[in-house]
Amino acid sequence: MFYIFCPYCGEHREEEEFHPKGQAHISRPEDPEATSDEEWGDYLFFRDNPRGVHHELWVHAVGCRKFFNITRHTVSYEILEVYKMGEQPSITAENYAAQQGAASADKERNASQAKHQEGVRA
Amino acid sequence: MSQPNRLKTGGRVDRSRQLTFTFNGQRYQGHPGDTLASALLANGVDIVNRSFKYSRPRGIVAAGAEEPNGIVQLGSTEAGQVPNVRATQQALYQDLSARSTNGWPNVQRDLMGLVGKLGGQFMPPGFYYKTFMAPASMWLTYEKYIRKAAGLGRSPTENDPDIYDHRHQHCDVLVVGAGPAGLSAALAAGRAGARVILVDEQEEMGGSLLSSRESIDDAPATTWVEKVLKELSELEHVTLMPRTTANGYHDHNFVTLHERCTEHLADLAPRAGGRRQVRSRMHRVRAGQVVLASGAHERPLVYAGNDVPGNMLAGAVSTYIRRYGVAPGNRLVLSTSNDDGYRSALDWAEAGREVVAIADARQNPDGELVEQARAKGIQIIAGSAVIEARGDKRVAAAKVAKIDIEGFKVTGPVEELACDTIASSGGFSPVVHLASHTGSRPTWNEELLGFMPSPVKGMTPTGGAHGVYALGQVIADGFKAGSAAGEACGFERQDASLPKVDERREGAAVALYQVPHQKATLRGPKQFVDMQNDVTAAAIELATREGFESIEHVKRYTAMGFGTDQGKLGNINGMAIAARCLGRTIPEVGTTVFRPNYTPVSFGAIVGRHCGELFDPERYTAMHQWHVENGAEFEDVGQWKRPWYFPRTVNGKTETMHEAVARECSAVREKVGILDASTLGKIDIQGPDAREFLGRVYTNKWAKLAPGRVRYGLMCKDDGMVFDDGTTSCLAENHFLMTTSTGGAATVLEWLEIWHQTEWPELDVYFNSVTDHWATMTVTGPEARKLMAELTDIDLDKDSFKFMDWREGKVAGVPARVFRISFTGELAYEINVQANYAMHVWKKLFAHGDKYGLTPYGTETMHVLRAEKGFIIAGQDTDGSVTPEDLGMHWAIGYDKPNSWIGKRALTRPDTKRTDRKQMVGLKPKDPSVVLEEGAQIVFDPNHAIPMPMKGHVTSSYYSPTLQSGFALAVVMGGHQKMGETVYLPMVDGQVHEAEIVSPIFLDPKGERQNV
Amino acid sequence: MSNAQQFDTRLVGEHAGEIAVESPLAYSMHRSGAPKAKADTTVTLRERAFLGHLTLRGGAIVLDEALRDVLGMSLPGEPLGLVQDEAGERSIQWMSPDEWLLIVPGGEEFDVERRLREALGDAHFAISNVSGGQTLLELEGEAAREVLMKSVAYDVHPRHFPVGKGVTTVFAKASVILRRPSEERWELVVRRSFADYTYRWLLDAGEEFGVGVER
Repeated sequence: MFYIFCPYCGEHREEEEFHPKGQAHISRPEDPEATSDEEWGDYLFFRDNPRGVHHELWVHAVGCRKFFNITRHTVSYEILEVYKMGEQPSITAENYAAQQGAASADKERNASQAKHQEGVRA
Repeated sequence: MSQPNRLKTGGRVDRSRQLTFTFNGQRYQGHPGDTLASALLANGVDIVNRSFKYSRPRGIVAAGAEEPNGIVQLGSTEAGQVPNVRATQQALYQDLSARSTNGWPNVQRDLMGLVGKLGGQFMPPGFYYKTFMAPASMWLTYEKYIRKAAGLGRSPTENDPDIYDHRHQHCDVLVVGAGPAGLSAALAAGRAGARVILVDEQEEMGGSLLSSRESIDDAPATTWVEKVLKELSELEHVTLMPRTTANGYHDHNFVTLHERCTEHLADLAPRAGGRRQVRSRMHRVRAGQVVLASGAHERPLVYAGNDVPGNMLAGAVSTYIRRYGVAPGNRLVLSTSNDDGYRSALDWAEAGREVVAIADARQNPDGELVEQARAKGIQIIAGSAVIEARGDKRVAAAKVAKIDIEGFKVTGPVEELACDTIASSGGFSPVVHLASHTGSRPTWNEELLGFMPSPVKGMTPTGGAHGVYALGQVIADGFKAGSAAGEACGFERQDASLPKVDERREGAAVALYQVPHQKATLRGPKQFVDMQNDVTAAAIELATREGFESIEHVKRYTAMGFGTDQGKLGNINGMAIAARCLGRTIPEVGTTVFRPNYTPVSFGAIVGRHCGELFDPERYTAMHQWHVENGAEFEDVGQWKRPWYFPRTVNGKTETMHEAVARECSAVREKVGILDASTLGKIDIQGPDAREFLGRVYTNKWAKLAPGRVRYGLMCKDDGMVFDDGTTSCLAENHFLMTTSTGGAATVLEWLEIWHQTEWPELDVYFNSVTDHWATMTVTGPEARKLMAELTDIDLDKDSFKFMDWREGKVAGVPARVFRISFTGELAYEINVQANYAMHVWKKLFAHGDKYGLTPYGTETMHVLRAEKGFIIAGQDTDGSVTPEDLGMHWAIGYDKPNSWIGKRALTRPDTKRTDRKQMVGLKPKDPSVVLEEGAQIVFDPNHAIPMPMKGHVTSSYYSPTLQSGFALAVVMGGHQKMGETVYLPMVDGQVHEAEIVSPIFLDPKGERQNV
Repeated sequence: MSNAQQFDTRLVGEHAGEIAVESPLAYSMHRSGAPKAKADTTVTLRERAFLGHLTLRGGAIVLDEALRDVLGMSLPGEPLGLVQDEAGERSIQWMSPDEWLLIVPGGEEFDVERRLREALGDAHFAISNVSGGQTLLELEGEAAREVLMKSVAYDVHPRHFPVGKGVTTVFAKASVILRRPSEERWELVVRRSFADYTYRWLLDAGEEFGVGVER
């Protein structure tokens, strides 16, 4: 159960008030008729599924009914930031990795160990 | 009846009052303050269960949530049955009735035990997989017997008469566990002014302090507990919740608590002031910060015969003596790897019972507690351990020998010491379960010889859960954690004024998980790791030999840490054994994942009040009461209750649905019918760009729709697939009223908003739901105009109020908008009135409608009538894979509109242009009495070998009283080009129906009837 | 002008008084009854039916100006704000950055809408009359907060939900607009079709507090 900050209501609200609407920043081609079938197919059907930083579109469905974006870590489920429609994220996969760089030496060392620890999660 | 093991003094039980209870039909007595386990031990009940797999006799091992054996079925009546209750956690009450969950015919003389004794060879790990896999079809048969033999309780067969509920809680700081660390943390956060919730699973708060030998501020530890609880209870924003288990720790500090409100009082919740009381309650807590003060579980030592009744955790022995005034035996042998275990021997001796010896795995034990034991003259055998417990239904002797831990072997002669109780202590494991619910894997701490919680955002582990064990440090650590948690929520840091606790010099512990035996593990007597699931050290060793290297695989293969146990008692021992066998270290092997719930939660508490009449919202229209009073049968459409049909009763005989629908259909086709259509979604659309917006979201044209006119519209997603339809009326140049399907109301509104907010924010338009504001009644049939004429001031002339017009006026004295739209194909008026006046209008229509044969009809008749006309229902005739072209609705596609409306581009993709797509057609069964099954598959060649190529399916099918035949709508590959061809519908029972492909419009293809 | 249609659904004419008007709770009262308050009742429930409910959409600045002209009231200054006139008869609640709920005494909504439309002129706005589609329930008494804790996931602690706040949130398995016009009183604005479910839920949740319904 996420606790999501609604940038319009200005406070955290329970997940059950929201609907997730998939990957953020999928914009409709300006001139659909000018796109190739492949480009149109990409727009319709292809989405990212990253392990790590992901930008998502959500709507405060039982609330202010406004859409907004969330940058969320798909492993820890931590919501790194929320931002309104039309705004750009300040945290991206690239700069997040750089930010975590300091601690990465540590992680490398633990990686071999992690291999043994990660079992089947059922 | 006497309680042979009850001590004369000591403990927190009230000896002045007797409680009578039964266990396996036998009557016993205990006292208020007892748990079922302490009362059973007081009465000298050794065997409380038979084990799950081997049917071995088992006794109480622990004193808390980690108890693996004392799992009972509670309840004296069928409706009050509760499975999976831990005797160590169940407070004793008058007339409590409990039974063992395993054992047939009883736990004392168990016939399954004979099998169990042989079972060593017959039931290796992976037994079920190996034995019952083939043939696969037999699994269902095997499963029944396996489950029966497995036991572990049963659910009641009668309805639970009690009520349960939910409560949503919010706090700054949630403190889990009210032992020394938790109390101290709650105090720090509470004093700062934070909203604090302190929960503890036990009957009383205080945790380990309730059975502690230590003093705080030179007084018994319980005095400090009372003082702290008093202060906490006086703080306005602190909530104390005993008998409440934090069972699940979810994302973003969401924690579920299970509060047992009356389960310590009686089987069923007693009434209070004549009102029902909640038996147990689920709290859903959103916490700013979580302080995890869940303490530590003592780790047992794994040795041969360690499951014979009389083998207990050292800490549990102390708890029974000090907290409950029960000495669970007479002659004790202690096997320990650390100083803490000594407390049980000291408590035992002080209770006046004999300590036979202490086997200490360390070569030179030298802590303060060791010295105290020496001073009492207790024999300490250093460098040794109990390698085997002898006995059948109770421990009779302990075999003690020198051991070499590193070399994993017995190094000295075996000495057999007569005793009835063996206490073991292998150190402590922080209770990391909750922390790992969040997905964070615990980290091994070599110094503390235990897994520690890994960081979780907003969570601070403290005290035992943090690997801090010395009392003074625990209190300080708790205070620090509570203060920091308060500070993180914006409250001031608190200065600690910590109580005085004497420090104790402690000797170093050694790491001992499995005690070696003279025989190799695989050949020696059983050493139990997980008693609840009957997993032995040998089973783990065998699993590793069979190639299971990941601890998660070992868990699944052996069942270690499964089910309600969730690895509380022997899990670390199991990891260590796996590590030894694999030649790895414990951190390399890692832990399994612990999952919610920490201890079992009753279904009642999970469901709360969301049951019976309150299970799900029932949405009613403004005319609902009339429908009820007029005998409607209802159909669920989403959450709406819609009249399905209105059966009449004539001469005591009530119509069947078929009869009622036939009558309702005829009434509409021949006279006049009325439908409550209020459930249709209605969206008020205003703004200068409203028309432009409609043109982009609908497939057809909206540029020229004039005020006073209505148009049917089809909505696609951008993949070109139809997802909803409805009519939209132009109320004014910049003002439209859109209707959606009943089920699509919320979805369509969100759809409009997502396009407006994310793609076209430059369009000036607003959408508001007015679904509930208007009540809608459809008056339809050849006599509709005559009836309306009696009640309205609107000019109904067919030339001034045409089909697809709407008009404003009064109906039955009430201001109304009337729409000439038709879903039946007949002359129809759809009346919209403000819902508060709807019942009046509805009743007036009936007052005037009798003479015209006005007949109320429901959704079933509506379906038949619209299908006869080939009108689709989005979601029934479409399934997200149907384009407007597939529906044959080319007339509703504005390819030449100036904008690229939603769905347009996709309609020119190669796949949507295929000529062999499934296309909407009508089906006429060759036998008119046949009503095809909705969903039935269509084939072209009934003689084709199975599997037959499936060429389509039936989407709607009914019997038409007008056509005197069954008829259906279907989607068929290339169907539009197959008019007149015969298709076949093979049914499950072997019948094959024949049907002809026809136009989906079965009645009045020119639409003349609705235009009159 | 906004070129939208305003539809005055007031009952007028000589037989207007004979027309039965039913609130969204009419059926619920009929079916589930309305338990009377007892001596130990700590929560009471009351329907304030037939009020005028208008959904206002538009920019805050123009709407605020129009409302001050028409009603002498300003929009709440903050998200989730609720303001009332001095008599407590009219209220404006923030619903969204471009949406407010205006509740006025029943019947007044038509005149208010007309005057607002005039005042707003060519501005881009929308007004939707939703009076028939929702009703207002009042919850009062020391146990009111506990009843709400059983019903909504939203934090109703006074530190988090002060007087003058209002939210749309999930209520059991439905949704409500929840507002706090005064220290003692909570208001629930409920959709008509969900009113029966909400009412039955409240009676059930209030049972342990001896809930009484005032009619």
